Amino acid sequence: MMLSLAILALLSVAAPWVCRYAGPARGVVLAAFPLGIGAWFASKIPSVADGGGIVETFAWLPELGLELTFRLDGLGLLFALLVTLIGAGVLLYAGTYMQGHHQIGRFFAYLIGFMTSMLGLVLADNLILLFIFWELTSITSYLLIGFNHDKKESRSGALQALMVTGLGGLAMLAGLVVLAFAAGDLAGVAGGVWNMSELPEGLSGHAHYPWIVALVLAGCLTKSAQFPFYFWLPSAMAAPSLVSAYLHSSTMVKAGVYLIARLHPNLATGTAEGLWEGLLIGFGAATMFVGAYLATRQTLYKRLLAYSTVSSLGVMVMLIGMGHPDAAAAYILAHAMFKGCLFLVAGIVDHEAGEKDVAEIGRLFRAMPATGMAALLAGISMAGVPLAPLAGFVAKEKMIKAGLDAGPLTALLTALIIAAGSFTVFIAIMTGFKPFFGKAQREPKKHAHEAPWPMLAAPVILAVLGIVYALVPALFATPVVTAAGEAIKGGPFEAALRLDAFYYYEISLALGLSLLATLIGVGIYFGRGLWVKATSPFAKLDGVVGPARMYDYAMLGLTKGSWAQTRVLQNGSLQVYIKMTLVAILGMFAWAIWRTGALPSVGTNFERTGLLEWVLIISIAVSAIVATRLGSRLATVAVLGVIGYAVAVVFALYGGPDAAMTQFAVETLIVVIFVLVVYHLPRFAVYSGLAVRMMDLLLAATFGGVMACLVLAAGSQELFAPISAYFNEAAMPETPDGQSAYGRNLVNIILVDFRSVDTLGELVVLGIAAIGVYTLMKLRDDHEGTPVAEREGDEDEREGGNA
Amino acid sequence: MNSLVLQTASRFLLPLLLLLSVVILLRGHNTPGGGFVGGLLAASAFALQAMAFDVESARRMLRVNLLAMVGLGLTLALVSGFFSLSVGGPLLKGLWFEVPVLGFDDPIKIGTPVLFDIGVYLTVLGVVLTMIFTLQEVVE
Repeated sequence: MMLSLAILALLSVAAPWVCRYAGPARGVVLAAFPLGIGAWFASKIPSVADGGGIVETFAWLPELGLELTFRLDGLGLLFALLVTLIGAGVLLYAGTYMQGHHQIGRFFAYLIGFMTSMLGLVLADNLILLFIFWELTSITSYLLIGFNHDKKESRSGALQALMVTGLGGLAMLAGLVVLAFAAGDLAGVAGGVWNMSELPEGLSGHAHYPWIVALVLAGCLTKSAQFPFYFWLPSAMAAPSLVSAYLHSSTMVKAGVYLIARLHPNLATGTAEGLWEGLLIGFGAATMFVGAYLATRQTLYKRLLAYSTVSSLGVMVMLIGMGHPDAAAAYILAHAMFKGCLFLVAGIVDHEAGEKDVAEIGRLFRAMPATGMAALLAGISMAGVPLAPLAGFVAKEKMIKAGLDAGPLTALLTALIIAAGSFTVFIAIMTGFKPFFGKAQREPKKHAHEAPWPMLAAPVILAVLGIVYALVPALFATPVVTAAGEAIKGGPFEAALRLDAFYYYEISLALGLSLLATLIGVGIYFGRGLWVKATSPFAKLDGVVGPARMYDYAMLGLTKGSWAQTRVLQNGSLQVYIKMTLVAILGMFAWAIWRTGALPSVGTNFERTGLLEWVLIISIAVSAIVATRLGSRLATVAVLGVIGYAVAVVFALYGGPDAAMTQFAVETLIVVIFVLVVYHLPRFAVYSGLAVRMMDLLLAATFGGVMACLVLAAGSQELFAPISAYFNEAAMPETPDGQSAYGRNLVNIILVDFRSVDTLGELVVLGIAAIGVYTLMKLRDDHEGTPVAEREGDEDEREGGNA
Repeated sequence: MNSLVLQTASRFLLPLLLLLSVVILLRGHNTPGGGFVGGLLAASAFALQAMAFDVESARRMLRVNLLAMVGLGLTLALVSGFFSLSVGGPLLKGLWFEVPVLGFDDPIKIGTPVLFDIGVYLTVLGVVLTMIFTLQEVVE
């Protein structure tokens, strides 16, 4: 498992080079890797279905208890298959679809990067690891939605998706931490339980249970585009079609569903009235209905599919909440097939006929028969047409049966399911039938023709698999769905699952309702002009108080709030910055003293103060006073440099040669940088009145006094046993044991060995600071009117060439 | 700034300071020094060059794009941490090898922390010079 992640991660990095050298074969070359990994996962179906999972653990930072634990069970297997196999088809498709784009290498790097993150997400067992992959999918999704970054809608769509899922993700992180510690309480483990497979029973009885549910669901519901957070998903349709097919239908948006399913055995209360189940049913059912309804008012191919995906995600959440894991798993698999296929068909219609609006086009079947057949099969499957032996029919029957078995909620849920089902039939006709067999309003913009084979492969295979699913379920559907369903349920099913279509060919209420939904859907299709008119008042309302509008208001408020606080806190006056920093630090000290009620005792060991020390003390003090009296910035900087050098001498005297060397070098460079910065500042002048200057003096003196006391107090107290003895021993033991750091300079060994992770983090911060300075100084337009950045870019390229 | 004294001094000091910075970098494991101080020292050598002549000449002498150097330094530091993974240790654990070198009686010890320290050196050098050079170029 870890190997497969490593392969994909490397492939992502190598993708630009593959694209450059493989030419038109790039799709085939790149798709081979996820296909191979998918085949490996497929070979594990029998053993996982028998209950044999695979666990791989790697000690990452054992000191922090952070282990990379990956676990393959039925649920993970279902998603791993979707990620790798649909991913392979999408890569093949992309090799042709993106041909000629000037950033094609970057596109593949993002796409495979996403694939890696998503695979990691569904295989991770450790909660922190899961969260890291979760965020990685958000970031790669942001890059992919905004891929055509010269378009405004791409940028705003990408940002909207990132904001909504990112905020939810932060809430979820808090929820996962609470979850881990609550589980630790119950299991009696002090540091919390971080592996999902080890979560104990009875979490729903813990005092923090409502917080866990609320926070974790905040992440899951935003990620899976549930009502009222669904609006980012249609905006994300600015991405290329294959990205929508892959991320926003088959995989990423299901991450929330995945996590809900993953935690269901631990967080479920067991009754429909429980908090967990109630929220899932409520949000799921609302999303199912609202998504399907909103889809009926769309005419753009991808937006129709986007809203219907919102509806489908609602179905999955609802089915899990209702306690029908088998129906949920069956629906997830079926949905990935028909919706993935239709999204790819939408891309083909756009690419080969130049059309995006399904209301305008029709009769494309003659020009593109294979695409048309795939779309028709996927459409029938999506509609769940009664007695058509396709995956969607089986999933829909299971869904309606679940609705009829919902206790006191039966009437409400069944009505919602049938209503959403009718809308879905209408969407299926609009996307799977109308473009190819319906009446055309006009000729397509491009001369329509059939897509080349790499683009046809994935949609055709997905459509055909929809038939295989329902006719020969034992081939792959039953074992995968059973294993996944049992993982969601947290135990084996009582009866064997029936996914063969003929099993559902019986006169029953469910079949009758399904037929009713189909008829209503067909009715809406023929009366769609009337339907749009009848529902327009609701659409107007949505435009005024709908969730998307609320998001706009929130973003506007954020911008305005930031402006307001920036005007107060960061008004551009350096004096105000420094004053605020000092006052804040003093305030914290005051608070600490008030809290503890005691002033720290200050050591007064001044015995070692000899002549040299006095010289240093006096020169520092004199320099400090002189610095405040000078009338030139350059002179002030030089005098401050004297103070720095004196401090370095103090370090050298008291046995800190490393600190002294560093201080000398830093002080020298700071003076150089100061001199360069001074150039940008206005001429020095004193504007403050006497009162202000006296206040400043008081503040500075207080701060200096407090810091001096603090240092003295720190030197005279020992709160913890010093760690230096351990460092000495570990750095150069008497008897080398192969574990030591082999060095005598403790300062350096701490930096590069004992605490090297800290150092690495600091290096990254330094790098970011350098980029910050570079952009601040370079990306301003210069006075001649040509952007500095442009010239700079050329120069960099030349230099890079030399290197 | 066209100071003959500074320019002459820089001609002699630059190679000496660079040599010293490398010595300090490499001896850091047992005696005072290390990548951070070494990097700062090397940065001050090039800053001197830039002040005595101009940034353009200092950049020419450096030959390498500064931000690329920062990237290289970060990569080296990170890569040095991956060696320990191959023997099953945690990330960034130091590994040491004894390499016999012709002409020396004792074998030379080479470890991944040295690589890490070289990464520190390059990052610090690149970051400090990026700041100084970009600020100074605007002045020029």
